[in-house]
Amino acid sequence: MEETLVDIDFKEKEEYIINMGPQHPSTHGVLRFETCLQGEKVKYIIPHCGYIHRGIEKMSESLTYPQLLHLTDRMDYLSAHINNEAVALCVENAMEVEVSDRVKYIRTILAELSRIASHQLWWSAFGMDLGALTTFFYGLRDREKILDIFEETTGSRLIQSFITPGGLMADIHPNFQRRVKEFITYFRKKLPEYDQLLTGNVIFRERTLGIGYMSKEDAIDYAVTGPSGRGSGFHCDVRKLAPYSAYPFVQFNEITYTEGDTYHRYLVRMKEMWESLNILEQLVDNIPQGEIMLNLKAIKAPKGEYYQRVETARGELGVYIVSDGAPTPARIKYRSPNFSNLFILNKVSANHKIADLVAISGSLDLVIPDIDR
Amino acid sequence: MALLTTLKSIGNYFREIYNGVTSLARGMRVTGKYFIQPSSIVTQQYPENRATLKMFDNFKGELILKHTEDNEHFCDACNNCARKCPNGSIEVISKREEGPDGKTRRVLDKYIYHLDMCTFCGLCVQACDQSALEFSNEFEHAVFDRNNLIKQLNHPDSKVVEKQAETKEPNTPTV
Amino acid sequence: MYDFSPFIDSINSFFTSNFSPFWASVLLMLLLGIAILAFYAVLGLYLVYAERKICARMQNRIGPNRVGPLGLFQTIADLIKLLLKELIYIRNADGFLFNIAPFIVIVASIMAIGSIPFAKGLQAIDLNIGVLYILAISSMGVIGVLIAGWASNSKYSVIGAMRSGAQVISYELSVGLSLLCMIVFAGSMQLSDIITSQQDGWWLLKGHIPAFIAFVIYLIAGTAETNRGPFDLAEAESELTAGFHTEYSGIKFAFFFLAEYMNMFIIAAVATTIFLGGWLPFHIYNFTAFNNVMDYIPPVFWFFGKTAFIIYVMMWFKWTFPRLRIDQLLALEWKYLLPLNLLNLVLISFLTLMKWHF
Ligand code: SF4
Ligand code: SF4
Repeated sequence: MEETLVDIDFKEKEEYIINMGPQHPSTHGVLRFETCLQGEKVKYIIPHCGYIHRGIEKMSESLTYPQLLHLTDRMDYLSAHINNEAVALCVENAMEVEVSDRVKYIRTILAELSRIASHQLWWSAFGMDLGALTTFFYGLRDREKILDIFEETTGSRLIQSFITPGGLMADIHPNFQRRVKEFITYFRKKLPEYDQLLTGNVIFRERTLGIGYMSKEDAIDYAVTGPSGRGSGFHCDVRKLAPYSAYPFVQFNEITYTEGDTYHRYLVRMKEMWESLNILEQLVDNIPQGEIMLNLKAIKAPKGEYYQRVETARGELGVYIVSDGAPTPARIKYRSPNFSNLFILNKVSANHKIADLVAISGSLDLVIPDIDR
Repeated sequence: MALLTTLKSIGNYFREIYNGVTSLARGMRVTGKYFIQPSSIVTQQYPENRATLKMFDNFKGELILKHTEDNEHFCDACNNCARKCPNGSIEVISKREEGPDGKTRRVLDKYIYHLDMCTFCGLCVQACDQSALEFSNEFEHAVFDRNNLIKQLNHPDSKVVEKQAETKEPNTPTV
Repeated sequence: MYDFSPFIDSINSFFTSNFSPFWASVLLMLLLGIAILAFYAVLGLYLVYAERKICARMQNRIGPNRVGPLGLFQTIADLIKLLLKELIYIRNADGFLFNIAPFIVIVASIMAIGSIPFAKGLQAIDLNIGVLYILAISSMGVIGVLIAGWASNSKYSVIGAMRSGAQVISYELSVGLSLLCMIVFAGSMQLSDIITSQQDGWWLLKGHIPAFIAFVIYLIAGTAETNRGPFDLAEAESELTAGFHTEYSGIKFAFFFLAEYMNMFIIAAVATTIFLGGWLPFHIYNFTAFNNVMDYIPPVFWFFGKTAFIIYVMMWFKWTFPRLRIDQLLALEWKYLLPLNLLNLVLISFLTLMKWHF
C-alpha cells in the first residue's frame, strides 16, 4: 500500500490511532472510524465507509422499476416502507399518474409506523451506546408490536417491498386499523416510561447535554437532515416543506430545537414519536375507499430526469431517476440521508472524549447500509 | 451579599444532588416494576411453543405452487413469474405434450425455486395470471446444505388443471 | 444458639491431637484453602447466574432456562466451555505479565474472602485490623487490571486499564472514608468486634442520618471499585469493546469475570458486616416475641440474605443506569462523594464524642 499524505502525517506526529470498527459495538454495522486520540480526547476522526457497498444503484440499472424496488428496502432497512415510497412516488411523478387517496393514507400510516419503529430501535441502541443496557429490550419489545402490524398486512417484518409504483402490493388486513389503534394507546403509555428511564436520568443528561454541538450553519453546510439537523434548528422536514402522500391532510408539528447538542437531537426523536402517534391517530380512522393499485399497462418512466424527496426516519432521502424511456432506469441515484449525516461527525466530535464520540455517533442515528448502498 | 450567593450555591449543590438522586430513583422504579411483574415477560419459548405458534396468513414464508386435492396445479408455464423475478430465483422448465384435444401444448415440467436467492418481494405471485402461486407460512428454513434450498415446486406426477375447469368455480386449492 | 466456634474448634483439636503441630497447621491450611476455593467457585458461578436471571426479569425476559431446571447449570456449562477454549497468546504481548494478570486479580479477591465473618465463629481469620486488611487486599486487584491492560499491547486495553486505575485510586478514598465513619462508631477495626457492637441495633439504624449517608456513599464507591455498571468504564463495551480484557480468552477471561462478581460479593459482604450487623438477626427494640422468632433463623441465612439484598441493589443499578464518562466519574468522586464523606466523618466523630447514638 502506498503511503498517503495522511499516513506520513500520522508517523511524524506519533498520534495514538485506534480503529473503531469495522467490527465495533458502537458503530452498529460495518463502518470504520479511524480515531486519533490524545489521552481520552478525540483529536479527529476519519470515517471509512464502503464495507457494505452492494452496488444497489448500478444493479438497479438492469432492473425494471417494480423490480428495483426490493433493493431500496435494503438501503435504510429501518425505514423500508419510506424508501419504497420514495421510488414509487418518483416513478408515479414521471408517469404523471396519481394514486387514490386510500393508497396515500395507507402509505402514510405505514411510513409513520416505520418512523416510530425506527426511532424505537434507535432509542434502544442509543441507550446501549451509553451503557444503559435495559433500554435495548424495552425498545425492541415495543417495536415488536409494529412489526406484527406490518407482518399481518405485508407478510414480512423488516423489508416489506409493499409500496410499489402505482399503489400497494395488497390491501390492508381487516385487523390493520384495530391493531394500529391498539398500538397507539399502548405506546402512549410506554413512552413516558422511556423518559423516566433515560431522558430524565441525571447521568444521561450529563452525558448528552452540551455534547457534540452542531450549529445551524454546520447542519446546512454538511446537509445534515432529519432529526439530527432539526436538533440544530434546521427546518428540513420534507413532510412540511414539500408534502407528499397524505401529509397535506394531517396536522402535525415539525419538531426543532436550536441547541444542537446530543441531548436535543435525542429530544427531537422522542417528540417525533409523539407526533407520529398523532398523525396515525388522524389517519387511521379515516382511510377512504378506493383502488389499491392503478391499472397501469407498463410501468416505465418517459424520457427525462425526475427527482423526488421524502422524509425517512433519518432525514431526506432523494431519488433521482434518469430515464431514456425504457422500462429500466438509465441511471438511478439515491441521495441517502446517512451519507451526509456521517461526515459531520468529525466536526462535532473533535475535542470530545471517546465516550462522547459514541454518544454523538449514536445521536446521528446512522444506518450503515444506507451510507454505502 | 456574598454570604447570600455562597448560601445559594451551597443550596444549589444540595439541590443538584437531590434532583440527581430522584431522577435515578425514577429510572429504578421502572426496572423494579418490571422485575416484580412476571406477566410482563415477552419471551417466546420457540421450539416448545411450536404447536401454538401461528404465523399471520399473509406471512411470506416460502413460495409454493398451489395444488388441488387431485394433485393438479394451475400453472400453464407461461414464464411470467420467472421474468418478473428480480434475481432469477425461479426457473420454469416446460415441455411440449399432447393435450386432450389432440393439439400439442406447453405444459409445466419442472418449477424450480431457489429459496436461497429469493428476497420475498412478492412480484412473482402478483405476476401470475393463473393465480397459481402463493406464499406458505413455513418459516423453518434452516438446512445444512444450501442445495436443499433449491426446491421443485410442482409435486411429482401433478398435472395442470384442465382449462374447462376454469369456467366452473375452480376447486379450492389445498396446500 | 448457632455458634460455629465449637464445630471449628473440634476440627482444630482433631488435627492438633492427631498430627504434629507443623503438619496440623499445614493440613488445616490446605483444608481451609480448599473450602474457600470451592466456596469461591460455586458462589461466583451462581452470582453470574443470579445476575443473568435478575437482569432478564428487569428486561421482560426469562433468562437462562435451558441447561438444567430453571437453567441452574447454565453458568457451569459456560465455565466448562471456557475451560475448553483455546487460550490465545498474542505475539506482541508481554507474555509473563499477560499470564500473571488474571491470577493477581483473582488471588486478591480470594484473599479478601478469608476474613469475612459468615456467622459467629465462621471466619477464616479474625484480624484485629480486618477492615484495613480487606481494603488493602481488594485494592490489589487493580494492579492485575493495570497489568492486563498494559501487557495485552492493545490500544483499547490500555485505555481501559488507565481508566480503571484512575477510577479505583479515587474511589478507594470514598470506600475507606465511609468505612472509617463506621469504625469511629464501632471503635474497632476487628470485624467481629464491629458485629458485636451492633448487638443492640445495626449501625445503619442507630447511626442516624450520617450512617445512612455513609452507607449510600459506600455502595456507590463500592460499585465503582468493582468496575461494575454504571461505573464499568474499564470495560465499557460500547466504547472499548471489552476494555482491559479485550485480548483474553478461555479460562483467563473467566478469571476476570469471576473476580468481578466475587469483588461485588466482597463489597456487599463488608457492607453487611459493617452497616447491617453482619450475621446478627433483625431485632426490634423490646419486641421480645418478634426478636425470638428472628433469633431462630440461623445467622448464616441472615448474613447471606443481607448480602444478597445489597448485591441485588448493585445489579439494579447496573441494569438501570447509563454509564458515566471518565471525567464525570472523577467529578462525582472528588466533588460530591469526598466532600460529603469528610463532612460526614466530622459529624460522626461529633456524634460519637457526645455519645448521641443509641
Ligand atoms: S418473491 Fe420475488 S425474489 Fe422471490 S421468487 Fe418471487 S419474484 Fe423472485
Ligand atoms: S406460476 Fe403463473 S406466472 Fe409462473 S409460469 Fe406458472 S402460470 Fe406462469
